[in-house]
Amino acid sequence: MPQISRRALLLSSIATGAVATLGLPRAAFADTPPGVLVVGQVAEPKSLDPHASTAANDFRIHANLYDGLLRFKDGTLEVEPALAEGYDVSDDGMTYTFHLREGVTFHDGSALDAEAVKFNFDRMLKDDHPYHDTGPFPLSFFFSSITDVAVVDPKTVAFTLSEPYAPFLTNLATPTGYIVSPAAVAQFGKDYGRNPSGTGPFHFKEWRANELVALEKNADYWDGAPGSDAIVFRPLTDANTRVAEMLAGGLDIMVEVPPVALGQFQNESYKVVEAAGPHLWFLILNCKSGPFADKRVRQAANYAINKPALVDNVLEGTAEVAAGPTPPAFAWAYNDQLSPYPYDPEKAKALLAEAGQPNPKVTFFVTEGGSGMLDPVAMGTAIQADLAAVGFEVTIQTYEWNTFLGEVNPGLEGKADMAEMAWMTNDPDTLPYLALRTEAWPDKGGFNSGYYSNTEVDALLDKARASTSQAERADLYKKMQAIVWDDAPWVFVANWKQNAIATAAVENLALQPSFLLTLRGVSKA
Amino acid sequence: MARYILFRLVSAIPVILGITVIVFLIMSLIPGDPAQAILGAYATPENVARINRDLGLDKPMVERYFIWLGNMLTGDFGRSFSLNRPVLDEILERFSATLVLASVSLLVCSLIGVAAGVVSAARQYGWADKTITFAVLIGISIPSFFLGMLMILLFAVKLRWLPVSGMFEIYGGRGPGDLLRHLVLPSVALAVVATGVVARLSRGAMLEVLRQDYIRTARAKGVGEGRVLWGHALRAAMVAILPILGLQAGFVLSGAVYIEVVFQWPGVGRMLVDAILKRDILLVQGAVTFVAGCYVLFNIVVDVAQAMIDPRIKA
Repeated sequence: MPQISRRALLLSSIATGAVATLGLPRAAFADTPPGVLVVGQVAEPKSLDPHASTAANDFRIHANLYDGLLRFKDGTLEVEPALAEGYDVSDDGMTYTFHLREGVTFHDGSALDAEAVKFNFDRMLKDDHPYHDTGPFPLSFFFSSITDVAVVDPKTVAFTLSEPYAPFLTNLATPTGYIVSPAAVAQFGKDYGRNPSGTGPFHFKEWRANELVALEKNADYWDGAPGSDAIVFRPLTDANTRVAEMLAGGLDIMVEVPPVALGQFQNESYKVVEAAGPHLWFLILNCKSGPFADKRVRQAANYAINKPALVDNVLEGTAEVAAGPTPPAFAWAYNDQLSPYPYDPEKAKALLAEAGQPNPKVTFFVTEGGSGMLDPVAMGTAIQADLAAVGFEVTIQTYEWNTFLGEVNPGLEGKADMAEMAWMTNDPDTLPYLALRTEAWPDKGGFNSGYYSNTEVDALLDKARASTSQAERADLYKKMQAIVWDDAPWVFVANWKQNAIATAAVENLALQPSFLLTLRGVSKA
Repeated sequence: MARYILFRLVSAIPVILGITVIVFLIMSLIPGDPAQAILGAYATPENVARINRDLGLDKPMVERYFIWLGNMLTGDFGRSFSLNRPVLDEILERFSATLVLASVSLLVCSLIGVAAGVVSAARQYGWADKTITFAVLIGISIPSFFLGMLMILLFAVKLRWLPVSGMFEIYGGRGPGDLLRHLVLPSVALAVVATGVVARLSRGAMLEVLRQDYIRTARAKGVGEGRVLWGHALRAAMVAILPILGLQAGFVLSGAVYIEVVFQWPGVGRMLVDAILKRDILLVQGAVTFVAGCYVLFNIVVDVAQAMIDPRIKA
């Protein structure tokens, strides 16, 4: 028997390992199966009951399971008929009558009729509804202006509002307006959120906690059968792991790609898709007391901050510079005459001198991270440096997201002069109405944490909300934007572009400005 | 003995009650409430009040505590609002995933750590000892989550030998082979630091034993070196090594939190992190109480076992 020394054995095993490492073909067992789209999500969904969720992460699944009476037109934030074939609005803007599409059934086989629609809104809005306890329904206030839902006949349903409320139609196209199967709610009660049934292009197959949610093709979909046999949503909380899964072939589509990772996907194996959304990242300025009570100081801050650098360097091009309070994604209501405050430190210094405050001291609330906040710490420090360069003395205070909201939402008075904030909305009414009106000061239950007040803006927003003409509303919003731009109650920083990556085999993937992920037409070669 | 066990069990009750009070107070006092976390930017006072009413959080704190405690005694841990399912179902499912990961890691670190310690001690100051000592130093110094990421990049992304994340394949699979493939990277990443500690302390314990007279006697009698090391010396050294392994069990369980996040392992650590960020009060309270209860029980079992071996401990 030949003698092998221990050392020789060791060396040869190292050599074998090296050969194995370098020479073997890559085992491709991680590849996804044909006909199935595997989507890398950012978190475990909370619920597949669209009325019980608030997170974009959940909405991406809901958008494929359900339909609303209306839906967003492809690539826009304007609505078009979906489960309703058409609708009439009364002249006073208080009654909306919807005519339901014929022959649509829920995935559980029950019929979509006027009773089902009424059930959906009553469940959310009426405390004494037998299934109200299947909530809570956090966003039900989208529909709080509804006083009554009436079944006119099996295919006609009428909504009566307490006051004219223009965003009503848009809200019907959001997940909070999706129609769930009353029979399934009755059957599963509180567990409906794990046993959902809608009318959408895919029906629910399976939810394995912390592993995946699987949907299967609804071949009878009223708007044509979908392009894939199934979709699997995987919750991958850690961004690095999500990127690694995409690179390893475990995903077909990955959403919310971290800016720093985008570079790894700029090649022919992948497609990067983007869509600017109805998102605004801004700084709330305390207009009531402190240095920012002076409009010139607020404008100086807008001039002093180098927004193109923030967007290009800190956010790696995943956002665009914001020009005003309304994101350009609301194309019909966006005032394209406005351009962003240019980066002009000299002008900022001049304005500060004019205001008699060459070195204003400001306290700046920054959050560690949160919904829509992008990269708040890095952005906060860059902003601090830009402001310091023109004479501001900025002290940053950092808070965890929920603590941060608890500090900022009740108002900045006595605590801070400036705070980061971001909003993502469905209607051009929402953000200014909740955060810029005098009636929206924190003590009145709104989000105007910087106490901005301009009676002209108040009047424009009230009028726009009550109008039923889109052209008139557009005109009013455009005027509002011009005034707010000049008053500068906020520093308008960025509009986030949602991004996603798909492998080259994935076809027809597009992101929507609504941030809903519609996979009906998407297929894999 | 029965009386001792009973005594230990009864004395655990105030400990667990104390834990429930502490975790309840912490969750009540930290800033940011569940309604705020659910509503995010839409948290108007009205909306917050509405959600708090629906979640039963509008009742006074003391009342809420006793309702929670009373329900828990009947086995009802409540419903997680962020996951929309019963808290206990979630905890049991997640805790078993963590146990699988932690026990495999513990096994890995015990086997490799002890073996490395023995070899190191046997070849004190030889090249094997130096190599092992160097490797141990690196192992102890490298943060496990960072090592985990590097391992993902090499073995999952570059070579595609092993899956990146999760516990099972998303289609097919789900057998023991599938589980093992998914276990390799996270359990090794989790075991590395503990292995280093075990190796280092095993080496010390072995050196201590190898200096004893009876080892020299054994060698003088002509017993083979292998038998001396693995039979005589290691058996004696295990008395000092076993408590270290016990300590590493706790270390591995807590280290699992990071590893679970990196490898998306569906365990209790990752669940707790998510639950705290979402202010899912019932889930956090339930999980902390459950894990603490298990820990207390584990300690009782160890104490009782020791008492059985050594009757002096009971006194």
